[in-house]
Amino acid sequence: MEVGQMQRRLMEYTKSLFMEGVLDNQFIQLQQLADESNPDFVVEVVSLFFEDSERLLNDLTRALDQPNIDFKMVDAHVHQLKGSSSSIGAQRVKNACIAFRNFCEEQNIEACFRCLQQVKQEYYLVKNKLETLFKMEQQIVAAGGSIPMMELSF
Amino acid sequence: MMNSSCNVSSSSKPPHVLAVDDSIVDRKLVETLLKNFSCKVTTAENAMRALEVLGLVDEQQKSLDSTDSKVNLVITDYCMPGMTGYELLKKIKESSVMKEVPVVVMSSENIPTRINECLQEGAKMFVLKPLKPSDVKKLTGHLMIEESQ
Repeated sequence: MEVGQMQRRLMEYTKSLFMEGVLDNQFIQLQQLADESNPDFVVEVVSLFFEDSERLLNDLTRALDQPNIDFKMVDAHVHQLKGSSSSIGAQRVKNACIAFRNFCEEQNIEACFRCLQQVKQEYYLVKNKLETLFKMEQQIVAAGGSIPMMELSF
Repeated sequence: MMNSSCNVSSSSKPPHVLAVDDSIVDRKLVETLLKNFSCKVTTAENAMRALEVLGLVDEQQKSLDSTDSKVNLVITDYCMPGMTGYELLKKIKESSVMKEVPVVVMSSENIPTRINECLQEGAKMFVLKPLKPSDVKKLTGHLMIEESQ
């Protein structure tokens, strides 16, 4: 595959992530922060997000597994995950966290379990999509091409 | 201010900002935003660590050597475990040494009472997360001009 084709594929793929609501405008803000002195910024911050989220998801699983659930602690973890997902533009993860917090407030155990599943699902989805996106970028750069700038004009 | 450089006087030293946030993702983000505006950045993951950097722990006077740059602005998250950003703001404003340092508070939640209480306590600005470059441009306008040594 030649570079032009790869670039078009990347643009289409990225566009689909926005159309599906997996990513929002904040992700574009991140891309605009990268420059010559800081070319790997997006990969770096997203990698931090992955590590942090997996830690939080483990903490949440443990917290909901307790005989007496500490909803304040559960809420604190969800609040953190909501914050970091919002910061990188992982819109569906953020929205799942918002719903989760509402059920924490109600102390609705069943709903909290469902929410955790939902958050996990959205997290693994965005992780998978972003890893694919980064791989496509790497292939373009390896072939001597540049990463086209994303524009939200659709 | 049409350019992106920080608003400092004749000092050739880049402004030194202390960014406090318990989220590693947000610390990275704020740090990069500030560096893109030519600031030197120190990050702290909680308020206690921030107080250490400012030399405010137990009235300890940090012996700054002449090449160490003082902090010209503190930007802190509101919601942090242990001491909150609001409590950190109060500690800074209560200190005789640091009370003139401008403090900006950031939060992911838009709660008017929270915003008011921070502004009343002396915060220069309250920003909603996630931070945008335009927010950083605005807050660099509040930087304390460093006196020549």
